[in-house]
Amino acid sequence: MPFLLRRLVFYLVAAWVALTANFFIPRAMGGSAILDILSKFPNLQPSAYKALEAMLGVGHPGSIWHQYMSYLDDVFHFNFGTDVTEYPAKVSTLLVQTIPWTLTLVGSATIIAFVLGTLLGILAGWRHGGWFDRVLPGLMFFQAVPYFFLALILLEVFAISVHVFPLGQGYAGGLIPGWHWSFIGSAIYHSLLPAFTIVITSVAGWMLQMRNVMITTIGEDYVLAGQAKGLPNHRVVFTYAARNALLPQLQGFGLALGFVVSGAIVMEIVFSYPGIGLLLLNAVTSNDFPLMQAIFLVITFTVLLANLIVDLIIVFVDPRARAQEAAR
Amino acid sequence: MTVTLPVSADPAALADPPRNTGLWGGLPPKAKAGTVLLGVFVLAGIIGPLVTPYDPSYQNPSPALSLHGPSAAHLLGTTQSGQDVLSQLLEGIRLTLELAAVVGIVATALSVIVGVAAAFLGGFWDDLLSLLSNVFLVLPALPLLILLLGYLPQRGQTPTILVLSALGWPWGARVIRAQTLTIRNRDFIAASRETGERTWRIIAFEIIPNEVSLIAANFVNTVLYAIGASVALAFIGLADLSSWSLGTMLYWAQSQQALQLGAWWWFAPPGLAVALIGTSLVLLNTGIDELGNPRLRDASSVAKIGGRRLHPADPTPVLHAAPPPRGRLAGLAHSFSRRSLLEERGRRPAPAARRAAPRPGGQP
Repeated sequence: MPFLLRRLVFYLVAAWVALTANFFIPRAMGGSAILDILSKFPNLQPSAYKALEAMLGVGHPGSIWHQYMSYLDDVFHFNFGTDVTEYPAKVSTLLVQTIPWTLTLVGSATIIAFVLGTLLGILAGWRHGGWFDRVLPGLMFFQAVPYFFLALILLEVFAISVHVFPLGQGYAGGLIPGWHWSFIGSAIYHSLLPAFTIVITSVAGWMLQMRNVMITTIGEDYVLAGQAKGLPNHRVVFTYAARNALLPQLQGFGLALGFVVSGAIVMEIVFSYPGIGLLLLNAVTSNDFPLMQAIFLVITFTVLLANLIVDLIIVFVDPRARAQEAAR
Repeated sequence: MTVTLPVSADPAALADPPRNTGLWGGLPPKAKAGTVLLGVFVLAGIIGPLVTPYDPSYQNPSPALSLHGPSAAHLLGTTQSGQDVLSQLLEGIRLTLELAAVVGIVATALSVIVGVAAAFLGGFWDDLLSLLSNVFLVLPALPLLILLLGYLPQRGQTPTILVLSALGWPWGARVIRAQTLTIRNRDFIAASRETGERTWRIIAFEIIPNEVSLIAANFVNTVLYAIGASVALAFIGLADLSSWSLGTMLYWAQSQQALQLGAWWWFAPPGLAVALIGTSLVLLNTGIDELGNPRLRDASSVAKIGGRRLHPADPTPVLHAAPPPRGRLAGLAHSFSRRSLLEERGRRPAPAARRAAPRPGGQP
């Protein structure tokens, strides 16, 4: 089976596992827990109550197979039911409002961090044993810092001690969201500190990983051959060593994405950024289960999609994977 | 990395005193630093709660002690309700480390079981278990953890441990499966199979002892994951908020606006503790890595000869005059320039030999 098709099947299986887990988790909790949840919403509108009952699998839902099918049908139509705390808002409307914020912020910051970290890792691996190795323990500190704690520190320094950046929110109060410059400028200004947090905490990880792969790659014979041919150093570094070291790095990117996204989402809470993280916090504090489940699905599917894109890039970079594709 | 490296004639520069080779002495410096740092926190977690100056939950009613900065009576200040931050911190370190250690043990045991089982059962079960661990690796853990913990009827240490362990095994299982597959085909396994050893005995006494370092690294990684995830979950509010862990401390600091009130002593100590424990674990893990792969070691493993650094993997240096000294930044920039190559060529003692070598590529 060609590489891409195999990966596609794998992601479909992963998506199905997530969907099914999402369906069965509330049903596995047992009757008393479910009644407990329902009793938390005494003055719910009848239609919202019915939706909640259907989601939890109580009331008169029909056979489990029937429930499962109608659940899948709902998900495919992006219908996650009615929100229980912000009735009568639909869960999907809330998601549509928040997803673009998170996607832009976390997406661009992660890509910047990955590119920057990889470049620095190439340098560090090539100049192995130099100044970089002496700052290594410092980088490990940044790798271990929880995203949200660094966010707190940055806010303390840059928004409270020195008033350079705003104290959170996605844009200045009083502005009406839309495609005009005052809003876009304000949104970019407000996203700088959150983006900076993501870059600082995740760049160290990419850098260390790339450094380690680079060091192993530099020991390979083809790199020595490139040097022996008398190629200029930059050519040996980038087209001989780094290009080969990039493949494990890209594969690692796919796997680490889930961690980065999780960390970034918690970080949004500190900045009161109007993204999916804040929505998730609200869902947790108010026991808004339909919202929690929908957020889980949305984040999971986004990460799976990003993984698929990474695989496409791998096919583009790795001639072996491309040859496998062409052989079909 | 240049093709030739100068060697100084000074024998003192070449003499590298032999390292002491005891268990502790043989460890890379990073592993030592990590062990010491982690040891400090483990000690604080064990002794701390016994010597806490105050009850961490005691709310001092005196308004003067609300949000009081660090002082002699309260070394790390007080919270908004007059609780002592130091006492909370010591209690929190213990609770967090306890949780992480238990999750580490349970999840590592799970990954050993799944990994070895997949490697030994082979066929359909191997495919299934590998697929399962790959699927759980690619799914983002935190939203799933939130969902599971959200639905659990009670919140606290035990449910968190259960959920974190249930989702913490896939990475280890993958690594251990791969290692088991290679060990399984070695001769000594075949030998013990021929002598009629039972499979479980081979696994317990031949395979697992050979994977101890891998399992140790996996344990360290899992503990790191457990600390990060449990702190994040508590920060969102998915924990027993009446107990004191590093995560719940941060939760209360955040929800009671410690930042906006300027009470840095409230959120900085627990956050720093998390970061430092994490750093010690990363250091420990890098140390274990370096033990297995000497190439990854830093400057300490690099012999410094004649002012130039030599890595263990570098070709043997050739003796000739040392190049002019350069600053670090200039040297870095220079190593990427084409001139660095020309200079080396000019310095070579035998130009005739070089002309014989073909030089393809974009050379002027």
